[in-house]
Amino acid sequence: MAAPAQPRGPAAGLAWPARPDPVPAWNFAVRQLRFWLTDYRRTWRGSIISTVLNPLLYLGAMGLGLGTLVDQHGTASLGRVSYLIFLAPGLLAASAMGTGVGESTYPVFGSVKWNKTYQAAVSSPLRPADLFHGHLLFVALKLTMTSAVFLAVAAMFGAITSPLAIAALPVAVLTGLAFTAPIEAWTVTRTKDTSLAVVYRFGMIPLFLFSGTFFPVTQLPVWIRPIAYLTPLWHGVALCRDLCLGIATLPSALLHVGYLLVVLGAGIIAGDRSYTRRLYV
Amino acid sequence: MTTALIRARGLTKRFGGFTAVDGVDFELNRGEAFGFLGPNGAGKSSTMRMIGCVSPPTAGELTIFGLDPVADGPAIRARLGVVPQEDSLDVELTVRENLLVYGRYFGLPRPVIRERSDRLLEFVQLADRQDDRVEPLSGGLKRRLTIARSLINEPEILLLDEPTTGLDPQARHVVWDRLFRLKQQGVTLVLTTHYMDEAEQLCDRLVVMDAGRIAAEGSPRDLIERYSTPEVLELRFDPAVHENAAEKLAAVPAQRREVLADRVLLYVADGDAALAAVRGLGLDPLTSLVRRSTLEDVFLRLTGRRLED
Repeated sequence: MAAPAQPRGPAAGLAWPARPDPVPAWNFAVRQLRFWLTDYRRTWRGSIISTVLNPLLYLGAMGLGLGTLVDQHGTASLGRVSYLIFLAPGLLAASAMGTGVGESTYPVFGSVKWNKTYQAAVSSPLRPADLFHGHLLFVALKLTMTSAVFLAVAAMFGAITSPLAIAALPVAVLTGLAFTAPIEAWTVTRTKDTSLAVVYRFGMIPLFLFSGTFFPVTQLPVWIRPIAYLTPLWHGVALCRDLCLGIATLPSALLHVGYLLVVLGAGIIAGDRSYTRRLYV
Repeated sequence: MTTALIRARGLTKRFGGFTAVDGVDFELNRGEAFGFLGPNGAGKSSTMRMIGCVSPPTAGELTIFGLDPVADGPAIRARLGVVPQEDSLDVELTVRENLLVYGRYFGLPRPVIRERSDRLLEFVQLADRQDDRVEPLSGGLKRRLTIARSLINEPEILLLDEPTTGLDPQARHVVWDRLFRLKQQGVTLVLTTHYMDEAEQLCDRLVVMDAGRIAAEGSPRDLIERYSTPEVLELRFDPAVHENAAEKLAAVPAQRREVLADRVLLYVADGDAALAAVRGLGLDPLTSLVRRSTLEDVFLRLTGRRLED
């Protein structure tokens, strides 16, 4: 009588195989990334249009239109740059947040609740955490693409003045992911889509308006500023702006990046657990 | 040790205070078609999910291919095919894209997936719909696509949770026919069902589950021989005299008598002889039917309840 996991031959060709070499987790995550890329092939046309159109509209209306008025009143509090130049890096980080939040809500909810494709996927060799990581990889790719387009459009508007701005691209991606990971960890536990609207109403829109995107946080009352400093978006906005203006210092850059990495890391730990709890019942 | 493909000892699943699966034992050999028969809530799906390595057992022992489902989930699932109770197709994608996406989960190269998809779409008779989106397909077609998808990795065991629930009779027969062919090809089938005809058609061996426990185990014929009589006489009376008639029927020699709300069942060796005896008592049923025993009768005997309630 042999132990079950050892290779042996009760009948020709029917032996228990030895425990196979485990597949590395990144390989499983890439398999799920490829699913999202297949999925994206259906929608990329519409998505490209909004990727290009959004920065055009915002930079045109707010940067040029509103900016002309702002600039007439003096730009001391903006750091003596035009409003357009002040605004562009803020919008870069804020739109990365928008993409990050968008990707972490309805697409994830649909996969676990409407289509149940996540339930199908965990019947393959993939584990819940692999699905999560594969989606994060996809969001990272999408953020890279949308942020690069944004930077290119901003450069066309003359809103980019320093070559350091290229470093704002990975910072924008990190900002987006710092939203995606924790929100996705939460979304996958939801059973009703109505709770997703709360993220937009009470999370994203206030952050969008009060995290230094459109005006410096120093314009806010003193007591409310610490709240802004706690939000990942403020760190993303601040660092993108410093980089685009070419005034970033290493200590402050490390502080901002470190903060965003901590939020992302916490989100990944939470998501690994919540994905497993939801899909392995 | 045995060479059982799946082996469970005292397998238990609890959700909070609720015990869905209550210490079941079973073994499953290669090439078998094995069924879990029972009403909704009997613990069949929970058992299937544990075998499918997507639900860690609360207690007891479970091995699949001799491996541990918690530690070796990916390796086991690589060799399983799963047809879940609820459709989980990507309805935005086409029929063929669903196979492509799923094949990639198993790490299969594109040309292999393409070749297998050709064969599988032929097998489930969906070749002419391969480029259609999944969303508008009927329930029967979706179920056939789900079966094709579950075969993309050429699994050694195919797990089917209620494979024909919600399908019309014609679609059910198509599914049964395909499953029967797979069985002929040597694929080990494990299925849950609350349809006795499905269990009788497809299963070499089955366990009857009720309230998380296994009430009996055997081949369909075994179970019927062990727990029922060769024939059953079904009698229907005018509701006004139903109870009275049911009492009088105690005088008819029968192994067992079941009084249901609308019918009386007499379990006997010879149904025609029993019917003659009923008439001899001066009873006049509205309808009478002599039939062979089925798994439904086994279930009724074992649990006191009907299967499809």
